[in-house]
Amino acid sequence: MRSVGRRFWRGTTAFLVAIALWQAVVGLTGVPRFILPGPGLVAQALWDNGALIWENALWSAGNLGLGLVIGIVLGVETALLLTLSRRARWLLRPMLVVAQAVPVFALAPVITLWMGYGMPSKIVTIALVTYFPVASALFDRLMALPTGLADLSHLAGAERWRETLLLRLPHAVPGLITGLRLAVVYGPLAVLIGEWVGSSQGLGHLMLMANGRGQTALMFAALFVLATLSLALWVIVEALSRWSVRRLSSA
Amino acid sequence: MIDTFDLTLPAERWSVLLGPSGVGKTSLLRLIAGLPCAARLDGRIAASDGAPLAPRVAMMAQDDQLLPWASALDNVMIGARLRGDRPQRDLARGLLVDVGLGDRAARKPAQLSAGQRQRVALARTLYEDRAVVLLDEPFSALDVLTRHRMQDMAARLLHGRTVVLITHDPAEAIRLADRAWIVSRKGIAPCGLPDDIPPRAPEAAATLAAQAALLQRMRRFCAPRAA
Ligand SMILES: Nc1ncnc2c1ncn2[C@@H]1O[C@H](COP(=O)(O)OP(=O)(O)OP(=O)(O)O)[C@@H](O)[C@H]1O
Ligand SMILES: [Mg+2]
Repeated sequence: MRSVGRRFWRGTTAFLVAIALWQAVVGLTGVPRFILPGPGLVAQALWDNGALIWENALWSAGNLGLGLVIGIVLGVETALLLTLSRRARWLLRPMLVVAQAVPVFALAPVITLWMGYGMPSKIVTIALVTYFPVASALFDRLMALPTGLADLSHLAGAERWRETLLLRLPHAVPGLITGLRLAVVYGPLAVLIGEWVGSSQGLGHLMLMANGRGQTALMFAALFVLATLSLALWVIVEALSRWSVRRLSSA
Repeated sequence: MIDTFDLTLPAERWSVLLGPSGVGKTSLLRLIAGLPCAARLDGRIAASDGAPLAPRVAMMAQDDQLLPWASALDNVMIGARLRGDRPQRDLARGLLVDVGLGDRAARKPAQLSAGQRQRVALARTLYEDRAVVLLDEPFSALDVLTRHRMQDMAARLLHGRTVVLITHDPAEAIRLADRAWIVSRKGIAPCGLPDDIPPRAPEAAATLAAQAALLQRMRRFCAPRAA
């Protein structure tokens, strides 16, 4: 608990220092406020447009949450399916490799074309960019059973699904965490890109709109909220990671 | 690795293999267990009753190979879980008591010393209750006294099983072996043992003499080839 408190203070200090630097840059260079507004102006914009930002943030966060859950669940299922079935591996493994080479973000315009400007296209985009890293990071680790554990399974004559459940899955948890780390980085990016490609709501939409109207402070305010959302996700994954390390190795 | 050999291991007895590091003892054991192995075997391994060996084998590997996420108790019972049998907690607890870790059942491997981990692995191997038991340097991480206790316990619990024990310790070999062999690059050679029944008293004159003889024989048999 004490270390959590200490980390919190460290984070807060770093945040305050960054704000001070930002203010210093604005003050010393005298850049016009429509290029780079100071932190005070951004805070003001956040306050003045609270309802507007909240409404759009809620929409984006909802999409993000739903998209992440769908992407992660499907990713885990795919990794397990590939581990359990040789036939599925034969068929799907090359696809997974190819999909990693293709920048999935580039599909956002296509998805918007097919599914329209509404929620479904956003959720699919987010789910898609989180699906592949989760599936492949978990799958790689599921297939990399250490010799000693493979021996145990071999000597016991364990069925594949028992081996997967009892040995491969616990061993692969770090792989899942790696996938989640990537997912919470890609997810918010997918929110932005999806909304930039075409949307009438959301933080990304708000940023574009504010930009078009020269309301730079509002744009920064929306960005700030999205960054906070990303940070919250990162904190959750970090906590999961610590918990799993504790759970799976010592104590 | 080992050149050519024809090794017949007696059923329901302790067979001990000694030999220099890297000669292929572990590989040989893996071949017997039917596990994938770097070494190539030109020949075959068969049981005298003609039935397949693999399902009757329990093996204790050279490094403990415990599940890092599972308690000592769960590690002992992993074989049962993998087979889909009902894990027998009381049996597992009893075995942990036998190896002197009754009070460590809930600990995870990272919280145990190397010797304690090795004893958990021993308990896991005993839990399997197989007719053929392969032990790869099972006592190597233990102090002398604990080692003696474990040797006695293993001799007792594995009485009547076909045991293959690999060791680097001539004293251990003499103490436990019904038959013993020296493995070297040139082949596998049997070595002499006292007449009494193992486990032998470590301080008996015959045991000590046999140890000395074995050491000398190993020196000669395993010496690096002259240039
Ligand atoms: N996975 C592997 N890939 C390639 N070579 C291997 C592998 N495992 C073992 N070897 C080689 O096979 C030889 C025999 O190894 P093995 O483990 O059987 O020796 P050992 O007699 O058990 O030695 P030690 O007493 O040190 O345990 C060694 O020369 C080793 O380098
Ligand atoms: Mg070895």
